Amino acid sequence: MVAEVSGAPAHRAEGPTLGIVGRFMQATEVDARLLGMIVALAVVWVGFHIASQAVFLTPRNLWNLSVQTATIAVLANGMVLIIVSRNIDLSVGSLMGFIGMIMGAVQTQLLPPLLGWDHPATWLITVVIGIASGALIGAFQGFIIAYLQVPAFIVTLGGLLVWRGAAWWVASGKTLAPMDTTFQLFGGGGHGSIGATASWIIGLLACAGLVGTIVSGRRQRRRFNFPLRPVWAEITLGVIGSAAALGAVAVINAYPMPVGLAKAYATAHNLQWPDDGLFISLGIAVPVLIAIGSALIVSFISSRTRFGRYVFAIGGNPEAAELGGINTRWVIMKTFILMGVLCAVAAMIATARLNAATNALGTNNELYTIAAVIIGGTSFAGGVGTIAGAMLGALLMQSLQSGMQLMGIDAPLQNVVVGAVLVLAVGIDTYYRRRTA
Amino acid sequence: MAEDRIPLVEMRDISVAFGGIHAVDHATITLYGGEVVGLVGGNGAGKSTLMKVLSGAQHSDSGHVFIDGKPVTINNPRDAKALGIETIYQTLALADNVDASANVFLGREMRTAWSTLDDVAMEAATRKVMGRLNPAFVRFKNPVKQLSGGQRQSVAIARAIHFNARILIMDEPTAALGPAESAQVRDLIRQLKREGIGIFLISHEIHDVFDLADRISVMKNGRMVGTVNKSEVTTDEVLGMIIGGTRPANAKITFAFGDAPAAGA
Repeated sequence: MVAEVSGAPAHRAEGPTLGIVGRFMQATEVDARLLGMIVALAVVWVGFHIASQAVFLTPRNLWNLSVQTATIAVLANGMVLIIVSRNIDLSVGSLMGFIGMIMGAVQTQLLPPLLGWDHPATWLITVVIGIASGALIGAFQGFIIAYLQVPAFIVTLGGLLVWRGAAWWVASGKTLAPMDTTFQLFGGGGHGSIGATASWIIGLLACAGLVGTIVSGRRQRRRFNFPLRPVWAEITLGVIGSAAALGAVAVINAYPMPVGLAKAYATAHNLQWPDDGLFISLGIAVPVLIAIGSALIVSFISSRTRFGRYVFAIGGNPEAAELGGINTRWVIMKTFILMGVLCAVAAMIATARLNAATNALGTNNELYTIAAVIIGGTSFAGGVGTIAGAMLGALLMQSLQSGMQLMGIDAPLQNVVVGAVLVLAVGIDTYYRRRTA
Repeated sequence: MAEDRIPLVEMRDISVAFGGIHAVDHATITLYGGEVVGLVGGNGAGKSTLMKVLSGAQHSDSGHVFIDGKPVTINNPRDAKALGIETIYQTLALADNVDASANVFLGREMRTAWSTLDDVAMEAATRKVMGRLNPAFVRFKNPVKQLSGGQRQSVAIARAIHFNARILIMDEPTAALGPAESAQVRDLIRQLKREGIGIFLISHEIHDVFDLADRISVMKNGRMVGTVNKSEVTTDEVLGMIIGGTRPANAKITFAFGDAPAAGA
């Protein structure tokens, strides 16, 4: 699924016999694996579009897909670093459930008697407590793994059971609802989206960021007289990237508010309500922004900071990292703290979207997250993986699931397909790696 | 050598035990600036373990390390590097999945004013040091896993010498190399020695040791059989020390097992 479509590996394509694709790949230094994933995603999307009688590739469905992917995407960011450093975290789904219950209890039981219902500070206090709990639990598990040397598989398998049980205990199994009004915005939906104008601004910022990165990269390399990529390749990358960002915004903005919501919006903004209705874009959903934001942050951490460099070095050769003077234990512990924080963020999105905290929240999410990360090209042997790949992996997984739902395929069969795709993707990837090693 | 100078390194009465086995048993060894000391012995003689104590990768159960005559504590590789001790391990100890400059600067990355990694500056520095070691090397963007044995060796050496090491430990530096590359490493060792760096050279290759070393320390079963000046012994005598643990009759032996460990003996 991943590698079969990726064509010739870039580093082998050398010499004058290159075709146009090979030359393009070499000049732009685009990762063949990532390109393969994009092609695989396109195949899946077009396939579902045809199979679902042209329902899949509509703004409405793609908008929903983006919101559904957000939770797993957030978790996948942290899981990449965990797996790259040769560990695993099986507790993320349960941890999400536990933190979701904590945040539910804070805003429905702890704060209302003190501050009153829907106090403006409620959401902030809830989020701070949630993220602090995530960091603390992550640190606790990370400490046992890194300093007491208990295998991550065992510690987080224990965590899977412990935190799920703890989630039940927070409210003795009761569901806590409804959530604070401001808090609900994290879940997306009618109010939790930023509207057309802000979405376009985000799109333009993305373009500016992309161009800025390319230009500053060139300037840096020129400073030391390093070979530069050909200008046409840089321009092509910039144009394709910008077009993708603006295209995505255009698709999202093509999905209008439902009629009821639009009427309320029109009333609130003193707009005339015409007979054929008003087209008001929802814009990008807040959880999608959170997912993209966390991907950018973790991407930055993994490629631009010492911590990120050490995570990869430990995954490549733990002994070399230790001998290089890296405090490997502290680095490993930090990856679990980050994972705990991201569990809190994911719990925030999921409880807000559900408008309730339940002790079953996040069940099986650890498995979907690991699957997304692995499909996204992260090696289980450690040392290799990208955030961008994991994001695409999460999107691919969610596309498969919601595509099959759209076609009315039964849930058990959906699981069969997703499981088979996971094994197939890793199998093809392993074959491809061995061939090009 | 001038024995009245203060040694650059003195490891005095070092012992390391794994369970009941004495991997290193009250061993003493010295190294002066601008000198190569060959450390030889059979498999399991304790050479690598003794050197790991100096590079911070192994704790000693007893004994002391002195640098410039001052006692130092080396608890981990970071402590050793801070003292100017660099090690090139037999296994090379490279992170295979990242490129040459990431390996050269592993644990000591250059950073920008924003405290992010300054990859371009690190690549420039790596190009400079690699230009000195292996001018033909151009694959700066490849993970080191894709490099040849000799190229990987250059990366490992570049990492050791870039940071102005005063003391260099080389564990079997030519074991993985072809003849031309081995000659290159030997030239490098001579060059570093001229620059005043003290070098411990662990090797199975007795001819390499005779070619490069000023003094030779022989270990057997964790014990220091003795240290001899290369000019005073033959290869056969050194082989006798390695295999039989016997000391040659006419050479001056220093720091043999059982001698009273005394500074400047």
